[in-house]
Amino acid sequence: MPTFFEKRELVAPGDLLAEGDYIAGENTYKENNKIYATRIGLVEYENRKVSVVALKAFYVPRVGDIVIGKIVEVGVSGWSVDINSPYLALLKASDVMERTFNPRRDDLTSIYDVGDMIIAKITAYDRTHNPLLTVNEPGLGKITRGQIVRVTPAKIPRIIGRKGSMINMLKRETGCRITLGQNGLILISGRSLESERLAVMAIRKIEEESHTSGLTDRVAEMIRKEKERMKNE
Amino acid sequence: MIPSSIITRVKQKRIAQLISRGKRIDGRNLYDYREIQIETGVIERAEGSARVKLGKTEVLVGVKLEIGEPFSDVPNEGVLTVNAELVPLASPTFEPGPPDENAIELARVVDRGIRESKAIVLEDLCLIPGKKVFVVFVDIYVLNHDGNLIDASALAALAALTNTKIFNYEVKDDEVVIKPGYKKLPLRNSPIAVTFAKINDRLVVDPWLEEEGVMEARLTVIMEKEGKICAMQKGGGGYLTPKQILEAVKVASEKSKELRKLVVKE
Amino acid sequence: MSKTPEKLINEKGLRLDGRKPDELRPVKIEVGVLSNADGSAYIEQGKSKILAAVYGPKEVHPRHLALPDRAVLRCRYHMAPFSVEQRKSPAPSRREMELSKVIREALEPAVFLEYYPRTSIDIFIEVLQADGGTRCAGITVASLALADAGVPMRDLVAACAAGKIDGKIVLDLTDTEDKNGEADLPVAMMPTAELITLLQMDGMLTTEEFEEALNVAVQGCKHIYEAQKEALKAKYIEIKEAVQE
Repeated sequence: MPTFFEKRELVAPGDLLAEGDYIAGENTYKENNKIYATRIGLVEYENRKVSVVALKAFYVPRVGDIVIGKIVEVGVSGWSVDINSPYLALLKASDVMERTFNPRRDDLTSIYDVGDMIIAKITAYDRTHNPLLTVNEPGLGKITRGQIVRVTPAKIPRIIGRKGSMINMLKRETGCRITLGQNGLILISGRSLESERLAVMAIRKIEEESHTSGLTDRVAEMIRKEKERMKNE
Repeated sequence: MIPSSIITRVKQKRIAQLISRGKRIDGRNLYDYREIQIETGVIERAEGSARVKLGKTEVLVGVKLEIGEPFSDVPNEGVLTVNAELVPLASPTFEPGPPDENAIELARVVDRGIRESKAIVLEDLCLIPGKKVFVVFVDIYVLNHDGNLIDASALAALAALTNTKIFNYEVKDDEVVIKPGYKKLPLRNSPIAVTFAKINDRLVVDPWLEEEGVMEARLTVIMEKEGKICAMQKGGGGYLTPKQILEAVKVASEKSKELRKLVVKE
Repeated sequence: MSKTPEKLINEKGLRLDGRKPDELRPVKIEVGVLSNADGSAYIEQGKSKILAAVYGPKEVHPRHLALPDRAVLRCRYHMAPFSVEQRKSPAPSRREMELSKVIREALEPAVFLEYYPRTSIDIFIEVLQADGGTRCAGITVASLALADAGVPMRDLVAACAAGKIDGKIVLDLTDTEDKNGEADLPVAMMPTAELITLLQMDGMLTTEEFEEALNVAVQGCKHIYEAQKEALKAKYIEIKEAVQE
């Protein structure tokens, strides 16, 4: 049963990846016993499963994901949140308020206003409804400090790295707190503007070179060089 | 694709099942046309007119002649302009307003059939070179939409042109003077459109409304009287294989000859 | 105003621009050229220059245009006023409306619309300079813009026109060849399974000539497909090679 590419080779939509008794994994589809890529990315053959790690893909909400979003509308009983996805997410007032929400007495804008950034978790999503959010868990809620970087959501796993190797290295080398939203938004909060800048630089490099090997070491090297350079200024 | 009312999934399956067995829901064979009725000269005020009933689809075409100016890049040619109107009374899905993409596509496909087959030789319509020419307005008026507007409209347009009168004229001192009497508009060709729908990977000729609602793709082949193809248009989303396209061309060859007999008396 | 050339094919069998009958014009494609659009691509095919951009999938506004079970594909083919010899009014013409429709129908079969209900995917094709084959080049870059936007697709859609000039079947007509030739046949297809998604023809062809022209166009599409894949992968291959050093 043939496969037609090398592991981690670059493939494009329509490329025939495998023929025979295989399972179509992420970013592929199966037709007439053949598996094709649906997005540009790196092909992975794992036993019987053929999938493509997409190099560019927008975020499709998944229940349980942590996302970073922006309040874009204050409604009657909740907020509309832009989570960098084709679908606008909804955060209900009842999720935030302890007592019953009374539109005449309570002013939602005093809690979250248009433009505020929040970290939230997706609690519900299906084909007929927009995703529902909650901030009612530790670590979630309004973002008050730090910088937000946006990457294509497909790259988040690469920024985490195998068993967290990449993200841990980043946190260690830059000294920043880094929160990854599955939707491609990343919150960086450091002790100084310079350390935040290092983290942003590193993330940009990972995004651009995510399809290459030896990346973790190269990024660590780049951060060290940059810290040296800043020390000598 | 012109959106038709939502067809129940059960009916969709039925239509598709029958077609894989070579039959259609109205009893026709895959390559059969519905009953066709053609009436010419129905609008006396127009220089030419025809009404076509293709099954329950009904299209009226009026031809009007005017004297106008030629386009600057072709000063010796008359002007042919084809317009189509999906009149709101013809279907619950037609809205009043300027022609939408479906009306525009319909008009342009029928236009290409007439123009590319040189049914009307535009040089014949020149009155004073560079200054005055005949402008032929072919207006397609869809009165009832029950599928396959292209074939019905093309047939009606051709029929209307076969009975179009040009008023007699004389050119005096750089002016066109209209004289009493008429002569027939010279028609040098007779383009016939044959439209197919692809359903369940089979091709059917002359799709009616519900077949259009379930079809995956549409193909129109327009042939002129010598059997050459003068226009083609794939419509609707979906796709066709080269084999299906060549099959359609073969079938269109035969069907266009049959249809032509209804419009043009040998 | 251009003069009508006497012959489109000379005694040596070469066309006005020196090409052989079945030769494509030189093609240059770049993917990801606009920073705001979700996906974009640019092509130069001979003297034709076309830019495509994709926005979406995103929620549809106005809401009543949304479909409950799939995304809606919207497409606008438009020519810049300075793209043609005689300035064209910026208002959409009937030709542009028809082409917007057939181009949308050419791309629809390639996109997994059912994955994103209640959204729209908007495609914008701008012809910056026109010298024949603009709807085909437009489809070629629009499908790259879709892939660049991360929209999942069954296959890319490659397009190319064949035609007949001076009695011979040729590939990839220029504007002069189209205006003075005997037939023009634009074709678009999903090359992997050879599925044709756009087919138009105007002119006069016998059924045998049509079959020959269709084959020539299909071969042309396959060449365009190779160029598309190369352009799509180019950016990443460049980075990989730079990093290897």
